[in-house]
Amino acid sequence: MLSDKDRIFTNLYGLHDVGLKGAQGRGDWDGTAAILARGPEAIVEEMKSSGLRGRGGAGFPTGMKWSFMPKQVGERPHYLVINADESEPGTCKDRDILRHDPHKLVEGALIASFAMRAHACYIYVRGEFYNEARALQRAVDEAYAAGLIGRNACGSGWDFDLYVHRGAGAYICGEETAMLESLEGKKGMPRLKPPFPAAVGLYGCPTTVNNVESIAVAPTILRRGAAWFSALGRPKNSGTKLFCISGHVNKPCNVEEELGIPMRELIDRYAGGVRGGWDNLLAVIPGGASVPVLPKSTCDTVLMDFDSLREVRSGLGTAAVIVMDRSTDIIQAIARLSQFYKHESCGQCTPCREGTGWMLRVMNRMVQGRAEPDEIDTLEEVTRQVEGHTICALGDAAAWPIQGLIRHFRPVMEERIAQYKSSGRTARPLPLAAE
Amino acid sequence: MAKVTVDGITVEVPAGSNVLQACEAAGKEIPRFCYHDRLSVAGNCRMCLVEIEKAPPKPISSCSYPVADGMVVHTDSPMVRKARRGVMEFLLINHPLDCPICDQGGECDLQDQAVGYGVDHSRYAENKRAVKDKYLGPLVKTVMTRCIHCTRCIRFAAEIAGVEELGATSRGEGMEVGTYVEKALSSELSGCLIDICPVGALTSKPYAFVARPWELRKTDSVDVLDAVGASIRIDARGPEVLRILPRINDDVNEEWLGDKSRFAIDGLKRRRLDACWVRRDGQLHRATWAEAFDAIATRLDGMRGERIGAIAGNLADAESMLALKDLMATLGSANLDCRQDGSAIDASRRDFYTFNTSIAGIEEADAVLLIGSNPRREAPLINARLRKRWLQTNGALKIGAIGPQADLTYPVQTLGDSPALLTALRDGAQPFAEVLRKAAKPMLIVGQGALLRPDGAAVLAAAWQLAQASGMLGAEWHGFNVLHTAAARVAALDLGFLPGPRGRTFAGMMSGGVDLLWLLGADEFDTGRIGRETFVVYQGHHGDRGAARADVILPGAAYTEKNGTYVNTEGRVQRGFAAVAPPGEARADWTILRAFSERLGRRLPYDGIEALRARMEQLNPVFARLDVSPRFGATDPTGPEAGDIALSDTGFVYAVANYYQTDPISRASPTMTQCTEIYRPTLAVAAE
Repeated sequence: MLSDKDRIFTNLYGLHDVGLKGAQGRGDWDGTAAILARGPEAIVEEMKSSGLRGRGGAGFPTGMKWSFMPKQVGERPHYLVINADESEPGTCKDRDILRHDPHKLVEGALIASFAMRAHACYIYVRGEFYNEARALQRAVDEAYAAGLIGRNACGSGWDFDLYVHRGAGAYICGEETAMLESLEGKKGMPRLKPPFPAAVGLYGCPTTVNNVESIAVAPTILRRGAAWFSALGRPKNSGTKLFCISGHVNKPCNVEEELGIPMRELIDRYAGGVRGGWDNLLAVIPGGASVPVLPKSTCDTVLMDFDSLREVRSGLGTAAVIVMDRSTDIIQAIARLSQFYKHESCGQCTPCREGTGWMLRVMNRMVQGRAEPDEIDTLEEVTRQVEGHTICALGDAAAWPIQGLIRHFRPVMEERIAQYKSSGRTARPLPLAAE
Repeated sequence: MAKVTVDGITVEVPAGSNVLQACEAAGKEIPRFCYHDRLSVAGNCRMCLVEIEKAPPKPISSCSYPVADGMVVHTDSPMVRKARRGVMEFLLINHPLDCPICDQGGECDLQDQAVGYGVDHSRYAENKRAVKDKYLGPLVKTVMTRCIHCTRCIRFAAEIAGVEELGATSRGEGMEVGTYVEKALSSELSGCLIDICPVGALTSKPYAFVARPWELRKTDSVDVLDAVGASIRIDARGPEVLRILPRINDDVNEEWLGDKSRFAIDGLKRRRLDACWVRRDGQLHRATWAEAFDAIATRLDGMRGERIGAIAGNLADAESMLALKDLMATLGSANLDCRQDGSAIDASRRDFYTFNTSIAGIEEADAVLLIGSNPRREAPLINARLRKRWLQTNGALKIGAIGPQADLTYPVQTLGDSPALLTALRDGAQPFAEVLRKAAKPMLIVGQGALLRPDGAAVLAAAWQLAQASGMLGAEWHGFNVLHTAAARVAALDLGFLPGPRGRTFAGMMSGGVDLLWLLGADEFDTGRIGRETFVVYQGHHGDRGAARADVILPGAAYTEKNGTYVNTEGRVQRGFAAVAPPGEARADWTILRAFSERLGRRLPYDGIEALRARMEQLNPVFARLDVSPRFGATDPTGPEAGDIALSDTGFVYAVANYYQTDPISRASPTMTQCTEIYRPTLAVAAE
């Protein structure tokens, strides 16, 4: 269990002063100039050795991502873009950082930009986060007024500008290249990769896109040292992480814990346990809407980190733990996710545009049981046809929940179909006259 | 260069190519919908998936993946086939099964590729999507339910046509391509959307439900409705030309075609002259060929050669112009002219009247000056090249214009409309002169608007001097260009269809300057200027202005109905071929002249078109070199002479006011009339 002295987000719940004074009292902005004085190379090295993996969902090592930026600024300026478009269902960690601990993010933005030789950083805030964007803007204004950012930030000689940009509420704009398109004023549609943003990003310039949490933890890591951070958690899954526990628990909450904590412990200790006791648990989606669901048998023992969850064919994602007890209609729950992905598909590439709609329609029938048993296989096959065939990962995200459902709850689906049949109704939809 | 192995075949492709190009180089066909080699890469249809060793272990879209040295690609592995089948299934689930009533049927990429990657039944039992059709103007018909969202049309409009009027609204399954605010596309190249649409979402409105591609007889030819001479394919069924499509010709039109050239063909069936007519007692009466020839011969009887004149029109083929010239010579007349618009062209040297840089050469230019020319209306394909060059240079190409303000789809610095700017630029007194002088390959384009003025000769001379002063006339680079608007003009000038010694010019033949005037399809002037007593023979294919004034009408053939030679504004000699027979009594024009010469007893010395062409080559050797790039450097710096004509103060006016109706064919076309009403409403009112 994480001890209080190792917590990074010390005002996660907004119990203390959110302003600059309060943040400084909690240790933010302490010796920032000294950190910058170490130079970009040293900062990137330190981040690499800390073992921090990106907190946005994919878990790509942050230090390595930073090192992909060109070592010299050429004709084109460098940019840092911070992804605060937190829209993954079940996830609400960045939101609390924005409203309760924004100075961690602002300071992290300065340090990360300096490490990547960027003089400008954009924070792309989800459109619905109106109050959060205001809280963040207040922090930015305070930092400007105190000379912490702007010209000669923190007296380090580095000029740094920070802009808060509000999105318009499209989930896909949380995909890094779609975010760049959106920032440029275009329709938020993911770009083809390669070229990767580190080569051709915002306005065609070298750009790195990082999650809010990844950036917000950077100052603390640099202050306390990579060794401290990597000592927490498990090998290759080091450090602390914000978990968002929601669903059928007694006390839904956000909490910072070490990676690798057993799921059961996480739920029992912080969320007051599953409604009706652990044995009432049906399934858990461990990392936000886009990772496959896990049945109770797996949840009993699984550890909450990138690699452990991958071993059980799911993922840590954004660490948004969605708990479902036995009262849940699991088919309907997944169908609702399918509806989300159909609604949020950008429509650019074929498999996702057409596949999400197809999957939703079949899932809706599965909820009723209005299908044939062999359609489960068809559905599975459709998810495989979408997965890995698209420009961005939204196609994968739409496919995985259904794959998880079929993997673990196929008998439930078959039973529903049998039930429907026994009620004497025909399963296949009647063809219309035109067909 | 990068070495890439595709299915065991090793090919070398330039670094920076994509995998799809490498596969094509290896002779492997990659199915695709969104990829088009003249548009930017979208990578969204996911049909071109291939497997690449040592890349992420999933299918990779070949159109968007750059090649690397030593790359090993598999285009037909089980993974690839499965992936493509999956994508095809997705494309088809919401695509209507209306191929039997779809105009794209038979030439549809989706149909063709479904044969390779589709299955014989559908696993999709839900309702299909339906999308409301959009209005894109009088030329492009939409059936948006068929759209597969490849975005080729959006990219074409934004990149090639330069009108950012198409886009996608909504997202996911609800994504729709359209103009958002309902309006007709304001591009002169909108017909190309029909070609690039891989399915039947965008089809030709005038051609809707007319024919199936396999019913059509296809004839390669050249376009004559502007002076670009685009390569076209004429699709005909029976006696009717049903549609015209562009052919790929990288030197001229790439694979695009202007809307007038594509859609004016319904004018070929209307207001046609299909019989001879002779005027008696002020009224035209139908006549046989013999009667018509008799009427002319009677009139010619005893007439002195200097009282006879001939004017060649804008659509005439070189053969008929030469036959007419030869006929006039046997009659002792030197009164010939092809400049019915009165433009001051100096035909003493070929580079005074051709587009010397060549159309493809525009892609090397680094500064352009337009003089009294609006290429968007006069030659949309040349305008598209200028825009392409501007895009290639990332907007660094500086383009200046002398003439009224105009939207050319790329930024143009309008310097003013006064001819005096020419001398100012020559003397360096105008800031743009610096741009021209600093450029390595500057070019200027003199439009007909600058030449068909009383001081046209002075403008031409001043433009040449400016070209010389700005370093446009080099041994390797010829930056002096004349942009013609008439397809027949350069051939006529090459043949010397101009006043001979003591011959009368066009103006001299007006107002009773001659007693008999032979109009070879000449309609682009005010026939009221012809003297009241002048006997007018009109030889042509449409009952337009010239025929209305004629005393004898000889029905000729339109460009789709005769084999003919045309020279485009670059000086490129090209052959057109007859796709259908001329209507009724009409005949190919040179045969009419040959027959009449026989009636007069002054038989022209050629019995077949080959003999006539041999005579053409003998007169001017350029006619022997077909389809060759006419590029050359400037060898002689001496410019055209202005004589005692001085530049006036009057501002330039563009020669073409209405792109859609510039000749008898397009004036007879209901589609072009509709376009005029929609796109140039003020002109439509004025014309009535």
